[in-house]
Amino acid sequence: MAGLFQLLPLETAVVVSMAAPLVAFFVVALLDRSPNLREAASITAGLVTFYCAVTIFIGVGDGARPEIDIVEMLPGLSLKLAVEPLGALFGLIASGLWVVNTCYSIGYMRGHHEGGQTRFYMAFCVAISAALGIAYAGNLLTFFLFYEALTLSTFPLVTHERDEAARAGGRVYLGILMGTSIGLLLPAVVWVYGLTGTTDFALGGILGQVSANMPLVFSIIVCLFAWGTAKAALMPFHPWLPNAMVAPTPVSAFLHAVAVVKAGVFGVLKISIYTLGAVELSQSAAADIITYVAAASILIASAIAMTQDNLKARLAYSTVSQLSYVTLGAMIASRYGILGGGAQIAAHALGKMTLFMCAGAIAVAHHKKYISEMRGLGRVMPYTFTAYIIGACSIIGLPPFAGTWPKFLLMLGSIETGDAILVGVLILSSLMNIVYLLTPAVRAFMDPVPGNQAAEIKEAPAFCLFPPWFTAIGCLVLFFYMGDIIRYLEPLVEGL
Amino acid sequence: MLLDDLPVLPVILPLVAAPVCLLLPNNRLAGSFATLVAWIALVLSAMLLHTVAVVGPVEYALGGWASPLGIIYRVDLAGAIVMTLVALMASVTFPYAIESAREEIVPSQTSAFFAMFLIVFAGLMGVVATGDAFNVFVFLEISSLSTYTLVAMGAKRDRRALTAAFTYLVLGTIGATFFVIGLGLLYQVTGTLNMIDLHDRLAGVDNKVVRAGYAFILTGLGLKLAMFPLHRWLPAAYTYAPSPVTAFLASTSTKVAIYAMLRFLFTVFGFNFGFIDVAFTFFLILGLIGMFYASLIAIFREDVKMILAYSSVAQIGYMLLGISFATVDGVAAALVHVVNHAVMKTTLFLAVGAVFYALGSHRLSAYRGLGKRMPVTTAVFLIGGLSLIGVPLTGGFISKWVLVAAAFNSVLAVPSLVIVLMIVASSLLAVAYIGRIAWTMLLEEPVGRQPKPVPMMMVVPMVLMAALTIYLGIDAATLVSLCRQAAETLLSTGLGFGGTS
Repeated sequence: MAGLFQLLPLETAVVVSMAAPLVAFFVVALLDRSPNLREAASITAGLVTFYCAVTIFIGVGDGARPEIDIVEMLPGLSLKLAVEPLGALFGLIASGLWVVNTCYSIGYMRGHHEGGQTRFYMAFCVAISAALGIAYAGNLLTFFLFYEALTLSTFPLVTHERDEAARAGGRVYLGILMGTSIGLLLPAVVWVYGLTGTTDFALGGILGQVSANMPLVFSIIVCLFAWGTAKAALMPFHPWLPNAMVAPTPVSAFLHAVAVVKAGVFGVLKISIYTLGAVELSQSAAADIITYVAAASILIASAIAMTQDNLKARLAYSTVSQLSYVTLGAMIASRYGILGGGAQIAAHALGKMTLFMCAGAIAVAHHKKYISEMRGLGRVMPYTFTAYIIGACSIIGLPPFAGTWPKFLLMLGSIETGDAILVGVLILSSLMNIVYLLTPAVRAFMDPVPGNQAAEIKEAPAFCLFPPWFTAIGCLVLFFYMGDIIRYLEPLVEGL
Repeated sequence: MLLDDLPVLPVILPLVAAPVCLLLPNNRLAGSFATLVAWIALVLSAMLLHTVAVVGPVEYALGGWASPLGIIYRVDLAGAIVMTLVALMASVTFPYAIESAREEIVPSQTSAFFAMFLIVFAGLMGVVATGDAFNVFVFLEISSLSTYTLVAMGAKRDRRALTAAFTYLVLGTIGATFFVIGLGLLYQVTGTLNMIDLHDRLAGVDNKVVRAGYAFILTGLGLKLAMFPLHRWLPAAYTYAPSPVTAFLASTSTKVAIYAMLRFLFTVFGFNFGFIDVAFTFFLILGLIGMFYASLIAIFREDVKMILAYSSVAQIGYMLLGISFATVDGVAAALVHVVNHAVMKTTLFLAVGAVFYALGSHRLSAYRGLGKRMPVTTAVFLIGGLSLIGVPLTGGFISKWVLVAAAFNSVLAVPSLVIVLMIVASSLLAVAYIGRIAWTMLLEEPVGRQPKPVPMMMVVPMVLMAALTIYLGIDAATLVSLCRQAAETLLSTGLGFGGTS
């Protein structure tokens, strides 16, 4: 079995994993007229990419660190890829869930009779390639480049409906993401280059000197990175995420629960470890500020989520809240903080994707978007809502689901740094999660079917039903294998 | 023999060709002839660049008269780079103009149009090649006068070209007058017009006359290069001139004026001149304001050509900023941006010209849904736009990167972080105005009549320029090291002529 994933040299695997979606981009464009072949091309590319990501994941786990220099524009200014455990994990999650999501998209897009499907799949191909580029980036400049590519390639997906609402949402999406990345992230990158003469990622960070001699400069850089990576949706730069919910549900499920937002928190975590340096960060005053901003984000976003009647909007605010867990972990910058952040990337991806796909399934089968309309719907769609409950329990952090571990680790991390308030925030957040995530499901099962009709089971098409179940089971399985993932991420926290 | 004449040939050739061009019939022949001349000039300039890069600055005494009597042509690396750039832009815009001029110029003026084009070309090359201060004035006026004519020829499609040309004429002449007054004052003090002699005789001299001459020359050149707040002529002239003229001017005329500025600052006056710092302070402040102010105006304009014209004023701010650092890194950054901005602005203006050819309008409203109807032109425009913003993998990114790195390595009146933030803020404004156009092109539904197909003669040049924009963003090392060398020659020896004094 393991031999199956050792066929390709790792460098080749990295190239293929990013090239396959781009090849699929053109194939999808050519197969515009035959939808079945077109979707087959997407899935094939997804499987190839996933295979490569697994190869890389295993290779990196064995201690290899594949590096590829793409181009050197100026001395010290180059594009290069270098895979380390965190990136390998993110790449694995993104490519694996892309396959699941493509299957789901087929059911959703056809069930919902969406137009412009070729454009939809083409944009997805570019987005996944960019997401992998972010995962495998070897320096800040490469990271920045793919980060922008991800923003631009997902823009057509957000505005897919092409109506006024989509345009308004798209404007906010692009405005906030581009504005922060050029206005905050890029200056931070340039400044790091100005201070150190390099933008390479190196374990332990490259700003040790700066942190020791110019604490204020270091603090400003920390803030620029934390807010500049606005895909992590740290308040007050979160509004792009709820606005992106105008997109079709597969986009929300995959991009705004997995690829885009995880690219953001992955970036925060990676930059914390590989540019800023965990040791320096744990001593920095700015990190404390960002920690509390993240804690506030967790609570405020949860509070807003409670008021939302639109299920997707509620999930979006829940995502804002959950992403700040990772930022929190990165800024605590202790051993358990970082591991908790890494675990949260994996666990939240599975859980939130399940929830979004369930929301989409409800929309496809019954055209219902609002929670107030979903009373009694559980009796009509029992399988969908059961998957929903599993996803919700995982997000809340109930055993035996994957979401348990990150919360546990983050609490350990908070205690480790002696910050009792953060423990309180995490507990309070879980309670709020229960209220806003489980209530819709409880009402769906307990309330009578409107009009007192006999409940007749009418589920979404199989393509919309199996993917959420797949990820729901994933939540369960990951609970038992989280230890392996944490061991896998161990090299990141060596010496902490 | 040919090699000995290299410094002067690219100047003489178009100058001699211009009257010949005027005799040609008013059809494609005139344009083809001008194109051929430009291509030969490009080859000669490239050879010159190669020679200068390998063996160092070259000299040529006009008519065999040695200095101080005769006029000496001297080309160092900075000059060779700018000459090659100008020749390249001519080689690209002339063939483009053959088709485009059929739409935008009164047919009976075609051969006059290309004759004027050749004279502008010759004038710009001359400003760079010459080593004689008064000769700079002569060539500046040769190019300026013919530019006024070219701008006025846009009157076929829009009568406002006439007022634009007149404004340009008045302001340009004021600039030229200032410049020549300055030269007069210097001549009064030194009794020479040869740049090297000027440098030698000015060494250690610092009196009111020299200072006045310095101020007059810099102000005059500042007008020519559209330094904020002396930029008033530029937006209208660029907007109403025929498209190929705008493309050529935007990429060359202000750049050559920047070059002349560098020459006078570092070669004629040099760091020995105590008053030189005043210019740097002014450049720093005016450059920063210009970057901001012009970008801000660009956001609120409805005419795409006008938007790009204001963006040019802003981009000149970047070059002035680089010069104001007064370091090798800074001047090198300015030169890098001279090249990159020339390439990206030509790309953009050629694309705008193609849209004008197809739809007959520069208004933003005409750009609705263009992505579907003119995909190649849209792609070219977007590449140019991304470079203007400074997205990685385009030339514009390298420019900004080098400039910011230079800012970090300089000791300046303003903290370098403030400068970096200003550069970033200005880039964000560029995102706004380019984003607005891109939004219209890509996301709005097409309206109005179907665009006319654009001929290959126009498509190929703009695609080439777009490709060059990207190439300069990937293989930047060659250009940056060339510009660095050029800046070193300009600054380290105090004068750019290999220290022959």
